[in-house]
Amino acid sequence: MENEKVQISDEEILHIAKLARIKLGDNEIQDYKKNLEEILDFANIVNSVDTENIGETIGVNENYNRFRADVVTNKEMRDKLLQNAPSQDEGMFRIPKVIS
Amino acid sequence: MNITDLTVHELIDLLDKKEITSQEIVKAYADRIDEKEKDVQAFVTVTTDDASKMAEKIDSEGRNGKFSGIPIGIKDNINIDGVKTTCSSRMLENFVSPYNATVIDKLHAEGLISLGKLNMDEFAMGGSTEHSYFHNTCNPWDLNKVPGGSSGGSAAAVAANLVPWALGSDTGGSIRQPASFCGIVGLKPTYGLVSRYGLVAFASSLDQIGPLTKDVTDSAMLLNLIAGYDEKDSTSVNIEKKDYTKALVKDVKGLKIAVPKEFLAEGVNEEVKNAILEAAETYKKLGATVEECSLDIGKEALAVYYIIACAEASSNLGRFDGIRYGYRAENFDNLREIYINSRTEGFGPEVKRRIILGTYVLSSGYYDAYYKKAQKVRTVIRDEYQRLFEKYDIILTPTSPTVAFGIGEKSNNPLEMYLADICTVPVNIAGVPGISIPAKLDSNGMPIGIQLIGKHFDEETLFRAAFTFEQEVKFRANNKPEFKK
Repeated sequence: MENEKVQISDEEILHIAKLARIKLGDNEIQDYKKNLEEILDFANIVNSVDTENIGETIGVNENYNRFRADVVTNKEMRDKLLQNAPSQDEGMFRIPKVIS
Repeated sequence: MNITDLTVHELIDLLDKKEITSQEIVKAYADRIDEKEKDVQAFVTVTTDDASKMAEKIDSEGRNGKFSGIPIGIKDNINIDGVKTTCSSRMLENFVSPYNATVIDKLHAEGLISLGKLNMDEFAMGGSTEHSYFHNTCNPWDLNKVPGGSSGGSAAAVAANLVPWALGSDTGGSIRQPASFCGIVGLKPTYGLVSRYGLVAFASSLDQIGPLTKDVTDSAMLLNLIAGYDEKDSTSVNIEKKDYTKALVKDVKGLKIAVPKEFLAEGVNEEVKNAILEAAETYKKLGATVEECSLDIGKEALAVYYIIACAEASSNLGRFDGIRYGYRAENFDNLREIYINSRTEGFGPEVKRRIILGTYVLSSGYYDAYYKKAQKVRTVIRDEYQRLFEKYDIILTPTSPTVAFGIGEKSNNPLEMYLADICTVPVNIAGVPGISIPAKLDSNGMPIGIQLIGKHFDEETLFRAAFTFEQEVKFRANNKPEFKK
């Protein structure tokens, strides 16, 4: 894998952009594709490292699962939070009709 | 006496002796901002009017603690209740934070006064502050050069005396590299030492908030203020509270310092390399043991960084959907189009590039080859640091392979820009602390920084080594930014 150049097709970059909910203009597709190929080519260095019997580091601290009681706090912030909503109605976020 | 030239510990001395008032300090900074901000452009939001009112209140009611009445600047990805947090993005151009970050609560409790929000690369993605949606920030040493990034506004503001000190955030070098480019002190604390609650997330397993200051003493004092366990950040670590100013002793006798040869190899500017070798000699002269060592993980760490940071970013930035807060596109026919159009119009090109890379490495078929593999290599890198720290107390490297580059010089080549992070990124991957301190100016008058790396939660040894170097070299006493045009 290290020696092969990464090649990404137009369909593939468009599929990834669609998953990320980003629209790429016709003039952007080639640029983003080239950047992604170059960066992935570089990132492939990780495959030259021997990781036989080595665990994954998810976070640098040991205890990353920390539990707390499932209790609602900061309820009083609702109005303040809604002030940043692009569109709101009667204390709720407003969105267009989902099922037509 | 020029108030804005002073460090925070000098300002506190004057406040304690009642030779100066908080209003005089805030006024001096407001005037300085009026005079210099047009050249430096470090701010996104200036709040000196509110700061003046706060200072008036503190002066009339009396100071309630050592730091009461001292101003500060805040990177624009840290939330202050009632103030805009833009992350230098169109996406959050009009976002007013409904709450305080934990670090802000801590500063307010001590009576610190915010002067405003400082410019950055959009969502902290970049190393030059050229990816800000609003404007570039200029390096106070040479206005044609970048201040570094992503905390470029914070570093430039401290260097230009627009704020006495500032908070930044560091995911792959975003505090240390701009500190180095601007000739100031920048600390990335150990992962977990400072709460991330209220810091807009970029890559959650790497992000840390830290101080950008004029000297090492101020750095230790600001870390004292912001460090500590917080139940609102599940990755913050519950360790005993320390007083880092106790570590400010000019003495490195017996300290074991390692200089990895790979960090002085190809790609490192000759003058930067010489500054590191000179620093090594300085430490030797002062009684430390300095040895060359091998730490051959730079490129691997960089690859791991861009995989993991982009994967986490693509996940974290999924929340920007145009529904609850942030930018919403004007034109859409259905819900899906709100998402797509808002994100397409709200994010800049660098942010989109990283979201797409992150989405790619997390997508089915590539997850194991990139993301899972990168997490394993992350373990290898952590182990390498652990191995070195069994023998040494401190690792000495450049902060950046080069000094500040010209505005526009690298902005068209993402990979080249990423490679410039090679000295700082491994520190975030391992979660250990790192500090950048100014060493000297290069032949063009641009600052060169040295980076000291320490063991997990051993900020004291970093401060001791940094303080000793600073007292010996006296960079700040001998050099001042010239605002070269």
